[in-house]
Amino acid sequence: MAHGPAKGISRWLFTTNHKDIGSMYLWFSFAMFFMGGIFALVIRAELFEPGLQIVEPAFFNQMTTLHGLVMVFGAVMPAFVGLANWMLPMMVGAPDMALPRMNNWSFWILPFAFAMMTSTLFMEGGAPNFGWTFYAPLSTTYAPDSVTFFIFAVHIMGASSIMGAINIVATILNMRAPGMTLMKMPLFVWTWLITAYLLIAVMPVLAGVVTMMLMDIHFGTSFFDAAGGGDPVLFQHVFWFFGHPEVYIMILPAFGVVSAIIPTFARKPLFGYSSMVYATASIAFLSFIVWAHHMFTVGMPLFGELVFMYATMLIAVPTGVKVFNWVTTMWRGSMTFETPMLFSIAFVILFTIGGFSGLMLAIAPADFQYHDTYFVVAHFHYVLVPGAIFSITAAVYYWLPKWCGKMYNETLGKVHFWLAFAGLNITFFPMHFSGLAGMPRRIPDYNPLWADWNMISSIGSLLFGAAQVLFLYIVIRTIVSGRKATDGVWDGAEGLEWTVASPAPYHTFTTPPEVK
Amino acid sequence: MAKHHKAIAQTSAKMAALVVAMFIFAVWVMPPIYDVFCDIAGLNGKTKGKYQAVEATADTTRKVQVRFVATNNNGMQWQFGPDQELVEVHPGQAFVTHFKAYNPTNNVMVAQAVPSMVPHNATDYFFKTECFCFNQQVLGPGESAELALKFVVDQEIPKRVNSIVLSYTLFDVTADSTEMVKQKLEEMAGELRNHSGAMQPELKLTTTANTITQ
Repeated sequence: MAHGPAKGISRWLFTTNHKDIGSMYLWFSFAMFFMGGIFALVIRAELFEPGLQIVEPAFFNQMTTLHGLVMVFGAVMPAFVGLANWMLPMMVGAPDMALPRMNNWSFWILPFAFAMMTSTLFMEGGAPNFGWTFYAPLSTTYAPDSVTFFIFAVHIMGASSIMGAINIVATILNMRAPGMTLMKMPLFVWTWLITAYLLIAVMPVLAGVVTMMLMDIHFGTSFFDAAGGGDPVLFQHVFWFFGHPEVYIMILPAFGVVSAIIPTFARKPLFGYSSMVYATASIAFLSFIVWAHHMFTVGMPLFGELVFMYATMLIAVPTGVKVFNWVTTMWRGSMTFETPMLFSIAFVILFTIGGFSGLMLAIAPADFQYHDTYFVVAHFHYVLVPGAIFSITAAVYYWLPKWCGKMYNETLGKVHFWLAFAGLNITFFPMHFSGLAGMPRRIPDYNPLWADWNMISSIGSLLFGAAQVLFLYIVIRTIVSGRKATDGVWDGAEGLEWTVASPAPYHTFTTPPEVK
Repeated sequence: MAKHHKAIAQTSAKMAALVVAMFIFAVWVMPPIYDVFCDIAGLNGKTKGKYQAVEATADTTRKVQVRFVATNNNGMQWQFGPDQELVEVHPGQAFVTHFKAYNPTNNVMVAQAVPSMVPHNATDYFFKTECFCFNQQVLGPGESAELALKFVVDQEIPKRVNSIVLSYTLFDVTADSTEMVKQKLEEMAGELRNHSGAMQPELKLTTTANTITQ
């Protein structure tokens, strides 16, 4: 068992080691994060001033579409799967993931999926231009020919996520060290277990909806074609039946990360552990019965609007439980503010702002005004950037010393945090205002009325982008020349992952630890 | 260890079964239940299918305005519109109106009209006993047709609904209906043969409504 990694490229191609695969997922997601970021900067550059300056409207639409798809499926989801690969076996005291060969496969099909999807940029007719939500008939009758590549890419991404999720469930349910009961698992493990179930339940629905598109486009069916007795609104129902759980797939593991970090730097155990578990499960359940709040303006009967409105508002209850638990964990703790903690506190505050704008959007009559405006863009960027991205960043700073055995530079880390924090708020806060003033999303040119807000947003986005370049520099510098980290790394950290050496040996817990 | 492996295999098999079940649910279960649901609730302005007329007396104390809107879907070249844009009917009174369709192209084309109604809840009280939207319509080059619509507004229609908009969007479905195009071409060739000796100055290609609606 004592053998180390293979030499050269074959280590990465054929590895079944959860740490290697975790690292590949994380680097892949980092690369996608930069690619999606560049697409976002193209959007912000075009919107810097009203009028058409830099790109054609058709290309602008391709940018908004690819930015969304790459960030959701390429950056956020693989990053969380990477964290799960690295941390779950160490947190539950298992030697590896339950299905190591499938683990290799589920990673290695991803680069091909994204190569296929982004290659459409160079095709005649251009890349998909129908938005990341790919509503029919924009994505069927009126789609560019490259839509078929998009469909197969989504199939592959879905297969990858499903395999990853099955692996995670199998690991958590069967590979825990003796004595590690379900209610003793770290919250990151719990949130991932629930997320994995969500993935298994809804990724096949995504695969189904793109399959129906494929059939409509190439095989003469009319699922979404009114002329053949189908209904485009059906697309929206099926898509959002996948789509709403999907947004919680991107946030529940973030809850787990923050629930690990805040107790460490507050030097207090997590407040209300079991209520956190139940809140996570409730959020996951509710995510299946709120999908139509994305389509309030589609022409639903009043009763439907009410049901989806109240169900949506209900989500604020378990989410509120979580926010209060994080705040109460910090209450009277011996707090220190290292970089992971700064990102986590920013997470709690900014995610709550995103939650509140979500509540505003949940009010069906008000949503008729906000629908498809920049207010929606502001809302979901406030939950995804400080939610998913900040928590992933916090997780990297928190566990990087364990992964590579070296400590990052605290000063640079703090500079990164403040740049990112300022950049994020300057970029996305003005979008609330331009949205309330009526600016629609996904437009390359706009009324000069919204010029100031847009200019501020564009400047902020440049700052946020620069902050991420600094992040890349910090990570590389840490790996190359960071000072040695101790095994415990943080003085308030609890959990099995801190009982192994830093860097974590290639094989950990080949004999299961005893959990009291 | 063997027990361990068996447990992992069992969990994985259960999860894989759930994946398959959810895919089947999305593709084969959701669309039909959506249709049934819309049918029951009258959602999306989907009007009902063919209705068997029942004996009913017209409620002459009330009048309901019915406005007809005809739209061509993108790329559809037919001229398509109602004979009367606005009619007033008594609830319970059967009413017949016509739409005109004209195919200005040089090709045989097949069209499908898709109805939609505002307000949505009026669909429960608007019954079509005959409608060109029940079938696909085929027209030869330069041919036109009178398309019949026969409907009854139910006496039970809520008092506050005194205006209904019935909209038809006409879709070009030629590409999906090669069978109908072929039939039409044969029919046209046949008519040409029959009439070639009779020295008729023009072909009477105008079809009447009752040959189109069953």
